[in-house]
Amino acid sequence: MKYAYYPGCSLHSTASEYDISFRSVCRTLQVAIEEIPKWACCGSTPAHSTSHLMALALSGRVISQAEEAKFQKILVPCASCFQRLKTAQYEVSNCPGLHETLEQVLDRKLGNKAEVVHPLELFIGEEMSNRIADAVRKRLEGLKVCCYYGCLLARPPKVTNFDECEYPMSMDTIVSGLGAEALDWNAKTSCCGASLSLTKSDHVCKLIRDIFQEAKAVGANAIAVACPLCHSNLDTRQQETETIYKEEYGLPIFYFTQLMGLAFGESIEALGLKKHLVDPKPLLSEVGIA
Amino acid sequence: MREQALAPQIPGLAKEVLEECDENVNLCFQCQKCASGCPMAFAMDFTPSQLMHAIRLGLDEMVMNSKTSWLCASCQTCTTRCPQGLDIAKALDAVKIIAQRRGIKASEPDISAFYKTMMGSIFGFGRVYELGLIAMLKLRTGHLFKDVGLGMKMFGKGKLKLLPPTLFPFFSDSSEIRKMRKRVEKLEGQRK
Repeated sequence: MKYAYYPGCSLHSTASEYDISFRSVCRTLQVAIEEIPKWACCGSTPAHSTSHLMALALSGRVISQAEEAKFQKILVPCASCFQRLKTAQYEVSNCPGLHETLEQVLDRKLGNKAEVVHPLELFIGEEMSNRIADAVRKRLEGLKVCCYYGCLLARPPKVTNFDECEYPMSMDTIVSGLGAEALDWNAKTSCCGASLSLTKSDHVCKLIRDIFQEAKAVGANAIAVACPLCHSNLDTRQQETETIYKEEYGLPIFYFTQLMGLAFGESIEALGLKKHLVDPKPLLSEVGIA
Repeated sequence: MREQALAPQIPGLAKEVLEECDENVNLCFQCQKCASGCPMAFAMDFTPSQLMHAIRLGLDEMVMNSKTSWLCASCQTCTTRCPQGLDIAKALDAVKIIAQRRGIKASEPDISAFYKTMMGSIFGFGRVYELGLIAMLKLRTGHLFKDVGLGMKMFGKGKLKLLPPTLFPFFSDSSEIRKMRKRVEKLEGQRK
C-alpha cells in the first residue's frame, strides 16, 4: 500500500532535514510514499486563532486532496499539521452540519475517511519493528537520548488518539531499538512555546530552558524530537538561552528519523545533520557513530 | 445536553463564545487544573481559569483586553486535563476571534500581527513563505533588527528559502485558497 505524504510548509523549508531523513528512512524500510500533489498549508495556529471555519477548511482540503488521489492513509510528520488534520476530522465527525458546510467552502468532496498517521505510529508496529531491527547497521551506543514529544502529537487525546497523552513511549521504543539509551524524564510533553518564537522569544527561551535543565538532570547528551517547531526552538534558540541564563547545555537536537538514518548507516550529509545550529558532529564522533 | 446546562439568562459573552466555538464556559467549576498546567501562565495577566470565570460573569472589557488568549501557545494541556471536558484552548481561540471581529486592538499586537502576516502568506502563496513572512512581520511590528543574526545563520544553513513557493501567486493553485476564503467570509458574515 502506498501512503499519501503531507510534508506541510516546514518540511519544505526550516525543517528540510526532517523531510530528507524521513524519505531516507522510508526508502530503507520500503514504505512507499507519494507527496500529495498541489497541497497547501494546514493553517496551523494562525488559522485557528483567526477563523474557526477557515482553519478547518485548510486542513479539510488536504484530506480531500488525498482522498481524491485514492489514498487511504496520509503520513504527516509535522506535529502541528498532524494535529490540525486530526482536528478537522474530529470536528467533522462530531459537529452536526459541519460536513456540508465544509464541502460548500471547499467546493470539493470530503469523504473524511482517509486515516491520518504520524510516522511514529507507523514505525512502532510489530512488523515494522522487525524491519527496523533488520535495517540497523550501526547501533547508536553511547547516545543518551531524551525523547521529546512536545504538545501536539499527544494532545488533546480525544482528537489525536496518539500513544499515552501525558507519558508517551513510542519514540522511546524506536530509539531504544536503534541501540541508543532512551532516558526516563519528565518533560516529554512539555511545551516549547511553539509559534510564539517569532514574537515572544524571551518566553520561549524560558520554556526551553526548563526542558534543557530536565534533560541535563537525567544525564542526556542529546534530545530527539518529532516536530519541526520543537526542533526549531530547541536548536536555533539554544545558544541564546545559554547566554540569557548563563548556563551551558550543548545538547544536539535530532529528528528521530535522523537517528534512525544514522543507525541504518546513512551519512551525516544524507540526513541533513549539517543544517543544525547545534553541531551534532562532536558528539557523534565522540561516541564513534560518525 | 450542553444546551440544557445553560442558565436561562446566560450573560452575553458566554453565549457569544458558545456560538463561536460550541464550548460552554459554564461547565467550568474553577478547579484550577488549567491554571496550574498552563506553561504560559507565568506571562499572562489572568490564568485560563480566571478568564473562563470572567467570561461567565460577562466582564467583556477585562476579557477582550486581557493578554491571556493571545499568549496561549495552543499546547492543549488545559483542554486535555479539564475534568469537565471543556475545550479551554478552543474557548481562548474564540475570545481572540471575537475581539478581532469587534475591532478591539490586540493586547499583544505582535502576536496578532504574526497571525495576520502568516495568513497573508497562505492566501497569497497557498503555503508559508518564511523569508517574506519575517520581512513583513518586521515592517508590521517595527522590530526591524530582532533575530537578524539568527535569521542569517538559518539562511546560511539553507533553512530559509530565498524565493516564495510560487512566483506567480495569482495564477497558481493558491487561487483556490482565496476562493475558500471568500466563501468563509460570506458564511461568517451571514452568521453575525
